Amino acid sequence: MSADPAIIADAPPVEIRGLSKWYGAFKALDRVDLTIGPAERLVICGPSGSGKSTLIRTINALEGFQEGEIRVDGLRLTREPRVVRAVRLRVGMVFQSFNLFPHMTVLDNCALPLRRVRGLAVGPARERAMAYLEKVRIPEQAAKYPAQLSGGQQQRVAIARALAMEPQLMLLDEPTSALDPEMVKEVLDTMVALAADGMTMAVVTHEMGFARRFATRVIFMDQGRIVEAGTPEAVFGAPKEERTRAFLRQVLREG
Amino acid sequence: MSVADNIDYPPLLRRPAVFLSGVGVLFLLLLRADAAHWAPVHGLFGALALTGLEAGPANGLAAALVAALIGLNVWVITGLKTRWQMWIVWLELAALVAVLFVSFDLSYAFIRRKLWILISIGLVNTLLISACSIVLAFVLALAGAIAKLSGNGIALGIANFYTSLFRGIPLLMQIYLIYLGLPQVGIVVDAIPAGIAALSLCYGAYMTEIFRGGIESIPRGQWEAARALGFKPGDTLFRIILPQAMRVIIPPTGNQFIAMLKDSSLVSVVGVWELMYLARTQGQAEFRHIEMMITASVIYWAFSIALEMVQARIERRFGRDHVR
Ligand SMILES: Nc1ncnc2c1ncn2[C@@H]1O[C@H](COP(=O)(O)OP(=O)(O)O)[C@@H](O)[C@H]1O
Ligand SMILES: [Mg+2]
Repeated sequence: MSADPAIIADAPPVEIRGLSKWYGAFKALDRVDLTIGPAERLVICGPSGSGKSTLIRTINALEGFQEGEIRVDGLRLTREPRVVRAVRLRVGMVFQSFNLFPHMTVLDNCALPLRRVRGLAVGPARERAMAYLEKVRIPEQAAKYPAQLSGGQQQRVAIARALAMEPQLMLLDEPTSALDPEMVKEVLDTMVALAADGMTMAVVTHEMGFARRFATRVIFMDQGRIVEAGTPEAVFGAPKEERTRAFLRQVLREG
Repeated sequence: MSVADNIDYPPLLRRPAVFLSGVGVLFLLLLRADAAHWAPVHGLFGALALTGLEAGPANGLAAALVAALIGLNVWVITGLKTRWQMWIVWLELAALVAVLFVSFDLSYAFIRRKLWILISIGLVNTLLISACSIVLAFVLALAGAIAKLSGNGIALGIANFYTSLFRGIPLLMQIYLIYLGLPQVGIVVDAIPAGIAALSLCYGAYMTEIFRGGIESIPRGQWEAARALGFKPGDTLFRIILPQAMRVIIPPTGNQFIAMLKDSSLVSVVGVWELMYLARTQGQAEFRHIEMMITASVIYWAFSIALEMVQARIERRFGRDHVR
């Protein structure tokens, strides 16, 4: 792959330039520029409908885009299936609704992608899947089906499933929003442990206290644009934009 | 599991008001229907060794006896577990149907004489046609559903035309078209392949819609998770989506296969000696239509039951993930 001319050596995990996306006539992303550096922990916040999901879903080609360019590890994202697959191998994704495969056990959820996508044999795939279930501290649930687990446990399995593919970068779209309050902490703790391992992460979240402790950088989005970016202290402590302030007032009142 | 489990008053049929008025209504109906003159009732009395009544009991007495027996039967059954209730009622109804058939005064010697030809030629052909058509219809339906969901205009056009045409014209016509129409353009098809083609095309068209609905019932998140993990489209479909969609697809598909088993009799119009055709022709010569019809019916029914059992097994296999 390193001989591929589309790849730039020593490129940051994600580099986005002038990205715009329309759903029909509606502009969901408006000239977004964003670079995510190695081991960076980016938190994306902003009101509902501001384009946070759309932004991170364009990074692993779950959504297309019309203008601009995205590079993942220097590899320029095109529609070419080979490129899309190469990008998806570098990017792990965790969804708000877990999206575990309900017809297979927890272990198979993690092992099947290793076999079908990474080409591992059954034994090594199970071993590696088990190692990552241990990492999220639920190896004892391996033989169960997702429906037998609590929401927090399911989300940790989803994280293990993405991690087992050994991506360069993890995208998490509101990973705790579908959880009962008492389960939020176990998932946040899992993310903190990941961060300690040096994983590059982009997280959409409304957990402001967590974001403050966790993020190396915060971006605030509104109407498809990045309105404000900076350290958590800067964005949460002294927001420059009125829209950011209005959003923070609302989130803090609710939270 | 049973709805009745946590209800602390007696089952509906055991409540005096329901039970007694039920038996009463039954008695009146039997009286009106002249139950004493039904052959099964004669048989019943014979079995109970009420020889005196066998010749012709008073209608009132017969109706009362039958109503009382049915009432007793219901009372006993309602006391059993649901599983047993189901099996006993099933067997009793089957016995009633059997009594009905037996009372037709059938010639068993004739049935025995013809049974082998019905099975060795008729049943074999019916099963051959049905089995091939089931497999082909399954493949066609899968291809049709994928085409309809592909977003590819050409595939969509072909699939839409296919389902419209083959659901829109009678199966009988399709058989004629393939057997008699294709030779007009120089393609000669034998009767059995023509029948298989017509059956699979027709049922494949119906099942395309069943498969499409089943696949569409799977949440988008499942596709997205598979794509995000890097699964290829084929793996996504066959490893992630279809195994889940099967739960929705199997029950109506089982229905279709059972219907197809019997629709295979239409293939006789192009001269295939399948079960129904032989039953009709073998009975004709000696005016033993009923014998052959009943024999064929019993064979069809037995194989439908076999298909039902296969369906139940497959449903259990794909229902695994629903344990909670
Ligand atoms: N598939 C779609 N079709 C049309 N509009 C969409 C689609 N997905 C998202 N949108 C619109 O794009 C905007 C941004 O959506 P999204 O990225 O999901 O926002 P967020 O995640 O910040 O809440 C919203 O106004 C939403 O209605
Ligand atoms: Mg969102």
